[in-house]
Amino acid sequence: MSQIFDIVVIGAGPAGANAALTAAWAGCRVAMVDEQRKPGGQVWRAKNPVVLEAPTTPESRSGDALRQEVACSTVLTFAQSRVWQIESAASGWEIYVLKEGKVVTLVAKALILATGAREYVQPVPGWTTPGVIGLAGATAMFKQDLALPGQRTVVSGTGPLVFFVASEIRRLGGEVAAVVTPNSKREWLRAFPAMVRRPDLLVRGALWVADLYLAGVPIYWRHAVAEIDGETDVSGVTIRRLTRDWAPDGEPEFLGADSLCLGNGLTPAAEAAQLAGLELRYRADLGGWCPEVDASGETEREGLFLCGDGAGIRGAAAAEIHGKLTGETASAYVRGVAPGENHLLQQAYQRAARFGMAMTALSVPRKGLQTLMCADTVVCRCESLTRSDIVAEINAGAQSTLSVKSGLRAGMGPCGGKFCQGTISQLIAQAKGGEVSDVPPPTARPPLRPIPVAALAGDFEYDDLPIPKPAPL
Amino acid sequence: MTIVYDIAVVGGGIMGCAAALEMAAGGMRPIVLEQSDIGQGASGVNAGTLSLQIKRVKLMPYALKGHHAWARMGAAVGFKKTGGFTLAFTEREAELLTERQTLKAKAGAPIEFVSTKRLRNVEPNLAQKVVAASYCAEDGYANSSLTGQYFRGRLCDEAIEYQERCQILAIDRGASYQLTTSRGVIYAKRLLLAAGAWIKTAAALLDVHLPVDARINTVSVTERMPALISSVIGHATGLLTMKQKANGTVLVGGGWQGRGRPQEGRGQVMASSVMPNIALAQFAMPGLSKARILRSWTGFEANVPDFYPLAGALPGFDDAFVLGCVRGGYTIGPYIGQLMGDFILGREPELPLFDPGRDFDEDML
Ligand SMILES: Cc1cc2nc3c(=O)[nH]c(=O)nc-3n(C[C@H](O)[C@H](O)[C@H](O)COP(=O)(O)OP(=O)(O)OC[C@H]3O[C@@H](n4cnc5c(N)ncnc54)[C@H](O)[C@@H]3O)c2cc1C
Repeated sequence: MSQIFDIVVIGAGPAGANAALTAAWAGCRVAMVDEQRKPGGQVWRAKNPVVLEAPTTPESRSGDALRQEVACSTVLTFAQSRVWQIESAASGWEIYVLKEGKVVTLVAKALILATGAREYVQPVPGWTTPGVIGLAGATAMFKQDLALPGQRTVVSGTGPLVFFVASEIRRLGGEVAAVVTPNSKREWLRAFPAMVRRPDLLVRGALWVADLYLAGVPIYWRHAVAEIDGETDVSGVTIRRLTRDWAPDGEPEFLGADSLCLGNGLTPAAEAAQLAGLELRYRADLGGWCPEVDASGETEREGLFLCGDGAGIRGAAAAEIHGKLTGETASAYVRGVAPGENHLLQQAYQRAARFGMAMTALSVPRKGLQTLMCADTVVCRCESLTRSDIVAEINAGAQSTLSVKSGLRAGMGPCGGKFCQGTISQLIAQAKGGEVSDVPPPTARPPLRPIPVAALAGDFEYDDLPIPKPAPL
Repeated sequence: MTIVYDIAVVGGGIMGCAAALEMAAGGMRPIVLEQSDIGQGASGVNAGTLSLQIKRVKLMPYALKGHHAWARMGAAVGFKKTGGFTLAFTEREAELLTERQTLKAKAGAPIEFVSTKRLRNVEPNLAQKVVAASYCAEDGYANSSLTGQYFRGRLCDEAIEYQERCQILAIDRGASYQLTTSRGVIYAKRLLLAAGAWIKTAAALLDVHLPVDARINTVSVTERMPALISSVIGHATGLLTMKQKANGTVLVGGGWQGRGRPQEGRGQVMASSVMPNIALAQFAMPGLSKARILRSWTGFEANVPDFYPLAGALPGFDDAFVLGCVRGGYTIGPYIGQLMGDFILGREPELPLFDPGRDFDEDML
């Protein structure tokens, strides 16, 4: 039993939702699928009903406006629904969705992937201690539940996200023990020319930093958290100064805290694109391995479009515009007409993308950062594998992420390798004396998310089994 | 000075590695050339079932020897002799089961028919709907994902050279074989094509046509589960294999087809195959319904029209050989690789090989 659409959009963040709206306004029958309860994605995440009264923020206002538009449109939203498989068939794209414990199949002429990004967290000793959360994970807590990670939090990581998280903690009444960032002030100054083209975003960022200065929150530039102290929960962190390559070289300094937000930039969530048949290539300037996509959202596969951070990390402002452009391209494809040229939108996209890529450049970790890992630092959380386990496998001859996965099961656990493969690639590259760009991620396989056996089985009737010709005796 | 190897083995799957080890033990200097990683083809992604109940009657002696070879490799390949049940849920399946397993038992496999009561005693979590079952105490499994790690280690221990990410682009015949690869030119006196589902492409480099087809088999794995089954489980129709590994994950196979071609990547899983495959697994073991599937994948299994192996001289050559296309070849691989090695060393193999130049339309055995 399948439902038929002109376009299916996977992901309801700024990119996906705008693509869906644009295509729907152009007259296409559009379905949009997202894991979350409401559209908005990570950046414009909806609040849970219990905190609806909370004051609004620019993110919540943008998100509410978007949700309003989606609600008034003809876009059919599949919320709390997980895409677990994508296939191309003669009739178009087949998208397999897990919704309320059942498998639903959507069929569409065109598929728009807007699966966004995920955070890269560089493992350091103690990073799996309860009380340590990702920077991106922290923003989800703020937006959805107005919750705080702890009473007194160290916020550490690269790019603009550290400052946003720190200022949000303060706004919500928490205490920020310190901000620790591998970036230097000079790096930020160098990003300035790319930022002035989006003064609105620049001013917001400046306000976060100003707030921290005024409140006397110490900011440790060119520093990183080298270790997290505490057995069952965080009791503090040890920070160290970094070299230009971000390797630790300064004296350790201790900061007392009961929680830590830690993140090192975003990387495109590209597994869905891989399943849909796209090759990935390494683009450090776009946050890592990503598929080839142009500004109009077109890919090398017919009927397959991609927009937003999943096509390379360019940030929310660019994602929103990329979504609109992609919605236009995909709807033109469905209607069999040539896509119109929207120069103004293209220019706005280039400006926003330039800003976003400057932020990505600040966020991408440099090589030295991985030397924060010790032999017994956990790399693969699902299988509890340490750096020394992985390095031993590499030294025994495993020269690819595929070989390490086979030998150790790193990437075979519930997370499907989403959190460990980046680090494993680095370790392989380091051992070979090569670059991470020579160490691609393993083959993407379904399900994109773990899926219950009962859901796959559905209402199976034994008598429906297609009995094959018996194997030769 | 250029090295001329005694033999270049094209393909680092179980067949190529086992043959290289035997030839090195016999005094030859082989090199193994693998286009991707050692043991990442069929040998690294298969379901790992070592079951005499799904082997062909005439291959039974080879399969029995294969089982012993796996037992010797032991824990390093995750080998476990668990015993295995094959289940029938309908009268028709029961007939099929009786007919087929009787023939296999006659061919030397220690297969017996067991009462459903005994089945329930051993495997209380299986569905009550079983009408007939056979059992083989020799059956078990190995962990195919360890194939690469294990054989890479063995090759290193025996100082056998190998190259990974080394694709053969052309083969020229002069005083010796000259292999143009993605990693340079390699010279060897002899050749062994053990390229799995890619054998047809490899043989074509020497202008030999081999009628090889590939099936695209699907396997799925669950997250870790509490103990549910201890034996390997099969189905009378062959549509299900199931085992629970030492780490608690349950592996489900049964030859359901994905799509793709060996020449284009690693094949694609199809939901229309995974869903009934998993449904059948849940039907056979209702407790599985609580598990989540973490990953499904495909691999290419090669075969020729008569479904017997290719193992012998490449038609028209006396110093080039082919080894592959064994269905259930993971079980037989280590043993038939050894036979092939012996043959190339000029020794009489313990059991006969399978001439790749035979007439495939006739049952030649
Ligand atoms: C999904 C699946 C499940 C299976 N389940 C079972 C089971 O439960 N029990 C069982 O006994 N058997 C099973 N089999 C069968 C078994 O896996 C195979 O018969 C066996 O592994 C074949 O071994 P091989 O070495 O011939 O092939 P492969 O392991 O495929 O090795 C061939 C190698 O050659 C390399 N190669 C190819 N061309 C070139 C070239 N030009 N240059 C360099 N290298 C090249 C390939 O990359 C590959 O690594 C299954 C097969 C599949 C696919």
